[in-house]
Amino acid sequence: MFLGKLIGSAMEQEQHTRAPQFSQEALAKTEEIFNRYPPEHREAALMPILHLAQREFGGWLAPETIDYVADFMNLAPIRVYEVASFYTMYNLKRVGTYHIQVCTNISCWLCNSDAIVKTLERKLGIGLGQTTADQRYTLVAVECLGACVNAPMLQINDDYHENLTPEKVVGIIDQLP
Amino acid sequence: MNQSAPLQIVFKNIHKANSHTLPVYLKGGGYKAMAEALAKTPEEVINEVKTSGIRGRGGAGFPAGIKWSFIPKASTKPKYLVCNADEGEPGTCKDRDILRFDPHLLIEGMVIAAFAVGSERGYIYIRGEFFLESQRVEGAIREAYAKGYLGDNILGTGVRFDLAVHLGAGAYVCGEETALLESLEGKKGQPRVKPPFPANVGLWGGPTVINNVETLASIPAILEHGGSWYAGLGVEKSTGTKIFSVSGHVNRPGNYEVEMGLPLKRLLEEYAGGVRGGWDNLKGVIPGGSSSPVLGKQVCETVTMDYDSIARAGSMLGSGAVVVMDKSVCIVRAIARISRFYRHESCGQCTPCREGTGWLSQIVTRIEAGGGQPGDIELLEELCGNISGKTICALGDAAAMPVAGAIRAFRDEFVYHVEHGRCLVE
Repeated sequence: MFLGKLIGSAMEQEQHTRAPQFSQEALAKTEEIFNRYPPEHREAALMPILHLAQREFGGWLAPETIDYVADFMNLAPIRVYEVASFYTMYNLKRVGTYHIQVCTNISCWLCNSDAIVKTLERKLGIGLGQTTADQRYTLVAVECLGACVNAPMLQINDDYHENLTPEKVVGIIDQLP
Repeated sequence: MNQSAPLQIVFKNIHKANSHTLPVYLKGGGYKAMAEALAKTPEEVINEVKTSGIRGRGGAGFPAGIKWSFIPKASTKPKYLVCNADEGEPGTCKDRDILRFDPHLLIEGMVIAAFAVGSERGYIYIRGEFFLESQRVEGAIREAYAKGYLGDNILGTGVRFDLAVHLGAGAYVCGEETALLESLEGKKGQPRVKPPFPANVGLWGGPTVINNVETLASIPAILEHGGSWYAGLGVEKSTGTKIFSVSGHVNRPGNYEVEMGLPLKRLLEEYAGGVRGGWDNLKGVIPGGSSSPVLGKQVCETVTMDYDSIARAGSMLGSGAVVVMDKSVCIVRAIARISRFYRHESCGQCTPCREGTGWLSQIVTRIEAGGGQPGDIELLEELCGNISGKTICALGDAAAMPVAGAIRAFRDEFVYHVEHGRCLVE
């Protein structure tokens, strides 16, 4: 199911022609990652290397990025697709510069995360699961992010924003560089 | 409960400035318990932890000392120690505070645990969203290596322990220990069939101990003050302190470390600032994370926060996530939200869970939206029975318990929804 989708998006992404290649700095980082695991278990490095690849190559895992990682780690591409498609944090579609993830699980919902979602939809002019035309924002609802005593909350890229109100959310978006 | 004992065991440092740094940790007596433990025999350390009675703080509540003693002494394969920092049970956010404010406490606990079970390599599996927290922990690991608290020859004793962080990538099921091991090996996080249990066949086939962050962070105090001191805290079969993440409709939500056995009402009123709108505005409390059955107000009047008391009340202490709901909440809607979560997180491996979580979510959502049909409530109950205990891991049970529990405690609300097509509370 995923592979079919991925192949479809691979064709859409034909224009993305420059083959991925880890920078010297990223290569040094991969060495550090491999060293965390016994040498006979290098496959364990797959998840951190996918994280690294996502950071290096535009915030998502394009099919050519996944193929590159498979080649880099000497694994069958299907083995890497399988992992990349299992975990929600690996983005298989391009996301905006700011990936806005609003927690809507029980504690945040009780503290009116619905109002946070509505405020963002209005502010950004997009619905959940959408990206603005300028590729600046992607808005998604996510499951519990583990900051329940500071609900409602959201995550923008690596940063948590907690104890939110609709007014605070507008301020946070306005202050993004 | 011994009221004169210090209550802050796991959270003793987190309010200090720069509590995550080594100098501050050392100033508070850090790594002394480790040095003392390394001078004992591994058996003595395990016995101390057994005496303490501490039970796993991740949710299952299995006695940690007994878990450690399951690790075979002789093994041809390397033994591993894994810290489960994949904090994902909705409502739970206690481990995050330990990771970001006191990572050295966790590292110290892990060195002691590793020494006790004879492991020379360990991992801290941190949920991927806690990226900044993971950087804190990695910084602390570097500090510990530089000072000789980790590495080839810890404090010159010849004890060896290497420790690294492994970051998850957003999958609740990886909090299940064998799914976590799969994920750590670089695979999809799908739970393994047990037996064999990880104590015999774990990470890369080696004997493996997996403990929660809070459990491991309690170990230095147990070694420092003694297992019997710890056992004197709390109540008979729920010893020590526990961090409760109190969220939802309280005036002062927060992570509170208290002695086990504290009445829930006191936790809410004295620590969490009281229920929004006053005690009488309370509708119900989910006492141990989203998978634990909700308790109605009447039960909340008397239940105490320990494993046995909450079990007697028909729920679970779980991870200690206390989700408070006032009278404005429609229970059916709350359960619909929780059921959607489990549907999303089912790994798809076992049919009863993969299909059942979808059914539960769709039927509760249908009832909530006003489309409930006669027999839907009974169908939900039947479904819960067809999922529980019929899957490889406990995720299926975790999906079924809140539904069955809510129907038990608030059946009239479900009935009203089906009969009138709308909420009783609105």
